[in-house]
Amino acid sequence: MKILTANRLTDGEAVWLCADHSWAETIDAAEIARDAATEEKLERAGKAAVCKNEVVDLALVDVELVDGRIWPKRLRERIRAAGPTNRTDLGKQARPDISIAA
Amino acid sequence: MYRYDEFDHQFVKARTAEFADQVDRRLAGELTEDQFKPLRLMNGVYLQLHAYMLRIAIPYGTLSSRQLRMLAHIARTYDKGYGHFTTRQNLQFNWPALSDIPQILADLASVEMHAIQTSGNCIRNVTADHFAGAAADEVADPRPYAEILRQWSSVHPEFSFLPRKFKIAVTGAERDRAAIQVHDIGLHLKKNAAGELGFAVYVGGGQGRTPFVAKKVRDFLPEEDLLTYTTAILRVYNLNGRRDNKYKARIKILVHETGTEELTRQIEAEFAAIREGELKLPQADIDAIERYFTPPALPARPEGTVIETSAKLANPAFASWVKRNVNPHKNPDYASVTISLKGIGEVPGDATDAQMDAVADLAEELAFDEIRVSHEQNLILPHVARADLKEVYKRLEAIGLATANAGLVTDIIACPGLDYCALANARSISVAQEISNRFGSQARQEEIGELKLKISGCINACGHHHVGHIGILGVEKKGTELYQITLGGSGDENTSIGEIVGRGFTAEEIADAIETVVETYLALRTDKSEDFLAAYRRVGAAPFKQALYGAEAKAA
Repeated sequence: MKILTANRLTDGEAVWLCADHSWAETIDAAEIARDAATEEKLERAGKAAVCKNEVVDLALVDVELVDGRIWPKRLRERIRAAGPTNRTDLGKQARPDISIAA
Repeated sequence: MYRYDEFDHQFVKARTAEFADQVDRRLAGELTEDQFKPLRLMNGVYLQLHAYMLRIAIPYGTLSSRQLRMLAHIARTYDKGYGHFTTRQNLQFNWPALSDIPQILADLASVEMHAIQTSGNCIRNVTADHFAGAAADEVADPRPYAEILRQWSSVHPEFSFLPRKFKIAVTGAERDRAAIQVHDIGLHLKKNAAGELGFAVYVGGGQGRTPFVAKKVRDFLPEEDLLTYTTAILRVYNLNGRRDNKYKARIKILVHETGTEELTRQIEAEFAAIREGELKLPQADIDAIERYFTPPALPARPEGTVIETSAKLANPAFASWVKRNVNPHKNPDYASVTISLKGIGEVPGDATDAQMDAVADLAEELAFDEIRVSHEQNLILPHVARADLKEVYKRLEAIGLATANAGLVTDIIACPGLDYCALANARSISVAQEISNRFGSQARQEEIGELKLKISGCINACGHHHVGHIGILGVEKKGTELYQITLGGSGDENTSIGEIVGRGFTAEEIADAIETVVETYLALRTDKSEDFLAAYRRVGAAPFKQALYGAEAKAA
């Protein structure tokens, strides 16, 4: 399983591509690609967003579902999804409202 | 300290306006990311895991109170209330929005600061001994030469697109506190038999994936030839350095592949051809720059000894702090103070906006308006009357910056690691925090004595692990963090690269492993006067391998 991530151009915020082609600030809202065709669809949408100068640094990342929630396989992506592990007052982990909204 | 002249002001202002326009064009979609990325990097703007990162140049680590206050203002206004001081005496903000960066750079320009050449394949911020101009053991202040190099190297047309980045460090004392032998060029300011100033020149040191100790190519270079000789080195590198492989592009690889003798011959040949040219430094120009670095007039404060002695007797914590964090000054009534940014369990090198403001106030009131950033990620007040040490300590204590650990095991260098950095493979900060907490007892640290522990979260070695007495390198293996230990590294005048001691340890194991290394040292040292590095150099890796790996070590 993969999801598509990037950083928003204006402020660098880590974002994930949703099914409606919008970019969510939380990983929970990401569309999951379970096959190559969906991966390609995500990448096409991502490249279009790069061309429109919405995001930069696209990457498809490996995830799994743990208790029904998206869980990136690499620690790097888990840290991007939450924030610095030494400062839980910073990053997305400090904004539970966004997580709930997603 | 150096003050911008009219040219400097115009140059930085024009560059800030130029980059503001580039940011506008990027946000408007007129520039693609491929077009914009090299432009933003030339202005110190990186993209990290969570946000952009802005790296601000602090030339040779010297700041005024006004400048430090501006950094505090930026942290508070545009970032998240803190900044991170780096091993290249710079400051990084981890959360700025791209759209705010033009205003941040304008704010910086108003206090004679910028972020130019803090990235890219150019000559980076020139670093220097953090006790420059103050240390009792100094031959001369290295900063005027660092400033001459800064002016010469800023947007240098020939050296702005080198094979790879290029770092120069200068020290003015026999005791190397600037790690010059792990820089592309290391300059050791010294006097010859005739009492003339000049430099021993080292070339090709560096850390990263292929660490090398620099080779000495000149034992004495007259000061007037500083720019000519540096130009000769850069020309040989620019012409022959590898551009086919990023990992083999630093000058250290050229030195290694060419051989010191042949490379020295090439440098000397180029030097001979240009020596009498326009880059020869007139004494009047050197003198003009030196005047900017004239030490402050230090009034006699003979009462210091008595005040300090009684304060030490009254307060053992103050006595510990003086022992660890106070360095001898040229003027015996004065001292240089290390402000530890390594509070127990804190993030190495981080300071909050309030702490920066408070240090700026302190420097203004009691330290002649001068602050330094050390490559060991601490702040320094270079000129403090010994009579005022008690007051300085009290005020540092009030803002949580009076930790008495300079040079001890908790004075850890750590890169931002995987908590922030897009290049990292493993976390550094969390390891530093755990080790700091583990060894946090003042009595235990002092019993262990001088021990430099340095942590990098990837092979690029921003955390200087190769030259740590104990080095820790974080790697990613099968999706998890793994930490390799190196022992016996040193970044001083007797530079050595640490040796990998064996297989790595997990995040859960690494603090225990470091404790094992330290306990092994304590058990085998001849006495307390034999510090960790001396003991390691005497006994080698075997006892440490045995302690860490037991039977496994014997089998290996």
